[in-house]
Amino acid sequence: MREITYAQAGLEAVQEEMRRDGKVFYMSTDAILPLVKEFGEERMRATPIAESTMTGMSIGAAGSGFRPICDWRQVTFCFVAMDQIVNQAAKITYMFGGQQKFPIVYRAAVGGGGRLAAQHSQSPYSMFMNMSGLKIILPSTPRDLKGLLKSAIRDNNPVISFEGNRLLAMKGAVPEADADETIPIGKAEVKRQGKDVTVVALAWAVHETLAAAETLAKEGISVEVVDPRTIAPLDVETIRESVRKTGRLVIADEAGPVCGASAEIATLATEDPATFKALKAPVKRVCALFVPIPYSPGLEDHVFPDRNKIADGIRAVVKA
Amino acid sequence: MALGPNTLREMLHTMQTIRRFEERASDDYHAGKIYGVVHCYIGEEAIATGVCGALRDGDQIISTHRGHGHCIAKGADLDRMMAELYGRRDGYCKGKGGSMHIADFEKGMLGANGIVAGGISIVTGAALAAKMEGKGGVAVSFFGDGASAAGPFHECMNIAAAWKLPILYVCENNGYAAQTPASTTLARGGEVAVRAAAYGIPGVVVDGNDIFAIHEAAEKAVARARAGEGPTLIECRTYRWRAHTERKGQPDYRPPEEIAAWKAAGKDPIARLVDHLKAKHGFTDAEWQEMDRQILDRIEQSCRFAEKSPFPAPEEALDDVFAA
Repeated sequence: MREITYAQAGLEAVQEEMRRDGKVFYMSTDAILPLVKEFGEERMRATPIAESTMTGMSIGAAGSGFRPICDWRQVTFCFVAMDQIVNQAAKITYMFGGQQKFPIVYRAAVGGGGRLAAQHSQSPYSMFMNMSGLKIILPSTPRDLKGLLKSAIRDNNPVISFEGNRLLAMKGAVPEADADETIPIGKAEVKRQGKDVTVVALAWAVHETLAAAETLAKEGISVEVVDPRTIAPLDVETIRESVRKTGRLVIADEAGPVCGASAEIATLATEDPATFKALKAPVKRVCALFVPIPYSPGLEDHVFPDRNKIADGIRAVVKA
Repeated sequence: MALGPNTLREMLHTMQTIRRFEERASDDYHAGKIYGVVHCYIGEEAIATGVCGALRDGDQIISTHRGHGHCIAKGADLDRMMAELYGRRDGYCKGKGGSMHIADFEKGMLGANGIVAGGISIVTGAALAAKMEGKGGVAVSFFGDGASAAGPFHECMNIAAAWKLPILYVCENNGYAAQTPASTTLARGGEVAVRAAAYGIPGVVVDGNDIFAIHEAAEKAVARARAGEGPTLIECRTYRWRAHTERKGQPDYRPPEEIAAWKAAGKDPIARLVDHLKAKHGFTDAEWQEMDRQILDRIEQSCRFAEKSPFPAPEEALDDVFAA
């Protein structure tokens, strides 16, 4: 299978869906040139720097029969649109009794590692998980991004696609366009089979965990890596099944721990009696430290989890 | 286009329906049959009626927290409206929305909205959709003077002007954002339409209690929008007769003499239209009484419909979070 980057996979998903359905159009504060070239400025609309309005206009256009993709670029920029996300997009289907469909995709890059300091290195996806009425994808590979983004564009609800900054240049195998592969929203994938410990890892942390698993294999520790891929809805059954098999759970996430996706995953796993009974050790989280993200390389690297910290976390749980 | 006597009677019928519907909604709210909060539009009926009278089926509007008038003027069904206020299964939103969230997408009514200025960008997106469809559709954003101070107003005026979107921004300037006078919080002592100049679009001030002036301004703006020339800002100067909400014990700090002056026959939009019809079109007191009686009957019928509709089963709270 050919290999393309995560960024290219996202672009291909959009291009294929825009070809497939004339109602799909794209809004972003900067035009994406290949989209302008192929679809013109009507369907690749460069907007003013007014994310609140782009976000709200997407709702109105969706309610009027279109399927907008609204690209916030960095997640940072969507906070001025929180009223439209929280009060409108998340609730509009429900509040009006399901009268109308609102097929919208909001795209945002998350995560750090770029020495971009506090505002442009955030992973606040759990803030949105807290909101009933939104679907949220968090793909870790080019293939997952393409397949999930295509599903998101075809979904009849607001879907947020959080895409990892650290993953943009990462290459991976992706089926050709004619395969038209979609990946269902709400389905986790076991990225590595193992028997001693389950690590539920999100986005970039999937790759760091896979690297840690290689190291630990040499130490005789067999690590199973579960990638939820979608955090709303969350495929809790796949996670519980894995934990019931291994008896241990570590959660690796680039986001901070407080009220995070990691907290939700830990709760969902342990509040199930059968999964709780299978646990041989306390659950452990390996997340970012609970501070805004700093700029200087030594500071930033200290704050984020990485393969070494994840490996340490796994060792601690296995020895507990 | 001059409004003929039949159209004027229909408009009077719509305005009086809005007034009687809300009087009943207020009564039933205080009787405990309607929950939460009810915001009445009484005194401002000419605006929704005059603007929606300039629209076609397929044109879209968005409303505010004070939304009953816009719903009725766009042709929403009184039975389903009242059933929604009563929290019943046959309401527009199956009892999930209430007074602040009535929508009728089939009629192009994109919803009342509990967030001041929250709907402006949504309906601007509907205008973008209409432009992309290319079938001459027009959108209308109704909002108040309070919303004109919020960011979405300015962002949307900018983008609609830049993209020449087919939309009317209709500011219902009743002089107060809840309890706070516009004169103390808005630039230029509360003028709104004048800001249109900054965006290079027409800004019109009309007497918001004069159905003729409103309809004329709306027709002109709709023609401009359909011709692809872009948005218009219409500021309708009006007054809310009742307190911000119907909640018992809610203080109303507005001077009583100010309220009384706006309720006088020379200011009341309905009395003014009745007087016009009597003076120019031979409308009689008997006809007016008969029209009012029919309206009251129709509203009584909507209450009976609402009473008969069941409450949703508790577990229906889990339905419609997502569309299929």
